[in-house]
Amino acid sequence: MMSVSSHLPVLQVVIPLLGGVLAALLRRGSLAFALTLAVSWIMPVISGLMLYQVIEGGPISYALGSWPPPWGIEYRVDLLNGFVLMLVSTIGAVTVPFAARSVALEIDARQQAWFYCMYLMCLTGLLGVTITGDAFNAFVFLEISSLSTYVLIALGRNRRALVAAFRYLIMGTIGATFYVIGVGFLYLLTGSLNMVDIAARLAVAPPEQARAMVAGLAFLTVGISLKLALFPLHSWLPGAYAYAPSWATVFLSATATKVAIYLLIRFLFSVFGVALDFRDLPIPEIFLVLSIAAMFIASIIAIYQSDLKRMLAYSSLAQIGYIMLGIGIANHAALTGSLVHLVNHAAMKAALFLAVGAIFYRVGSVRLDDLAGIGRKMPWTTSAALIAGLGLIGTPGTAGFISKWYLAVGALERGWWPLVFLLVASSLVSVVYVGRVIEVACFRPTADRLAEAKDPPLSMLLPLLVLAAATVYFGIDTRWSVGIAADAAAYLLGGLR
Amino acid sequence: MAAIETFIGHYNYVITIVLMVAGLYIVVARSNMVKKLIGLSIFQTSVYLLYLTPAKILGGTAPIVDPKFTLYSNPLPHVLILTAIVVGVGTLALGLALVVRINEAFGTIDDDEIPLRGADE
Repeated sequence: MMSVSSHLPVLQVVIPLLGGVLAALLRRGSLAFALTLAVSWIMPVISGLMLYQVIEGGPISYALGSWPPPWGIEYRVDLLNGFVLMLVSTIGAVTVPFAARSVALEIDARQQAWFYCMYLMCLTGLLGVTITGDAFNAFVFLEISSLSTYVLIALGRNRRALVAAFRYLIMGTIGATFYVIGVGFLYLLTGSLNMVDIAARLAVAPPEQARAMVAGLAFLTVGISLKLALFPLHSWLPGAYAYAPSWATVFLSATATKVAIYLLIRFLFSVFGVALDFRDLPIPEIFLVLSIAAMFIASIIAIYQSDLKRMLAYSSLAQIGYIMLGIGIANHAALTGSLVHLVNHAAMKAALFLAVGAIFYRVGSVRLDDLAGIGRKMPWTTSAALIAGLGLIGTPGTAGFISKWYLAVGALERGWWPLVFLLVASSLVSVVYVGRVIEVACFRPTADRLAEAKDPPLSMLLPLLVLAAATVYFGIDTRWSVGIAADAAAYLLGGLR
Repeated sequence: MAAIETFIGHYNYVITIVLMVAGLYIVVARSNMVKKLIGLSIFQTSVYLLYLTPAKILGGTAPIVDPKFTLYSNPLPHVLILTAIVVGVGTLALGLALVVRINEAFGTIDDDEIPLRGADE
């Protein structure tokens, strides 16, 4: 009897892919939602089983079609991979119940089944990018997820969603094409597309190939940085998050940029790791400068936003800056901080966008001026959002503190005291915009249009409470988040120095 | 002389660079959305050429296994580029669909005339 467990890697991608096709065939939104729910809940089971296998027995290697690597496409799950897979599938599973009412409200009835189809395609693409061990296969899945993301965004209610989606399409395609150019250079250098094989061949490359290697690295880095919205390649993100449907923003903010960050980490540390001496190239310095710029500039711009979704989008840019800071510092503690912030920020940002979506469901507006005193009318929602906001700041007891702690430890181990000061300073800036929201929500007299507002139905409230609880839980018990992240960071750095 | 020989020997790569830069320039410099998409397509085409040029092995024959020949041209980049072309076509189709909807919603396809901020709804 053929065992299912040996085919888990390919099932992780095939199930949402077939689910997406089926969802497109179903005409009714409610049926498509039921299918999406089923598929989304199967995903973390598969990811969890694979992560357990990796923790117990080492990396899993799956040859697609039984063609052996490096000629065939290989799906390779190791600690870093399994961690990100678990993140993406869990976020999808936790937030999907929210979609039932949110999508029914915001998306036209004839387009709901297509919306769910696009979501499942996006899930396929993101899981595929994470699980594949083949560089060109990663491009294919990257574009699957990106194209479906453009559609998800374009289905927003405001007509500006179309323009936001178009601008994201232009920038995202340029980024993906830069990625392909980088992979092309690697292929011309090594003759292989398998990431493990490329790493082995780059390690023994003769010195006259150094220029081609650096060119490939440059194209790859710029291309992936466009996808992860690293300052200054970030201009697509605020519009995309602000105008997309609520649930699309919840899912995208928690997963899309995280998967791009994973891809960058994979190429920098695993594929190029041994071959490239980071001391000669100014890569860490570039990442440090850009991430500090992102942390401050994005946080400051967030203070002046009157639209909650736009404010949270700029906050996301700042948090991406924190993650890239850890990559720039590039020692074990800082890299652990980056990896654990992938999970922590996903939980916090998804919780915040869920709260905004719930507010929109009840009130019909996400402009800060319209929401005076909403804390009294929607207490559970506001409390959960408050906890997630405290996590963004980095309050001890929340997950955000853990990530920033490890980043600070990493900076101190290098002797870079000014970085720690900058880390704290940017957290203080985020206190301003989180505080602004709290002041409007809790300390102002309730606006008239909020007279009938109350907490959202349980299907929308439960994901929000779960993620807010996760923010606190991962701030106190970090065995799973930091435990796996630290091991993954050690594994990544093992090939570097 | 050596410079001209190198130039002619790497003619395909020179064309690749010209197309790449021309495509990127069009995307950046033109505000008409359809023109941006055309520039994007030109940019993607240059990448196809980048992959295909080294696939031809000097002295290699067509990649069909035959006992008479030992050196074959590399078919793998062609397969990769087929995939990339399909991705490019999908992206172009989606972009054009968005432009049609934008024209219906805003009455213009000029990117500069549509501010992404300001009064909503």
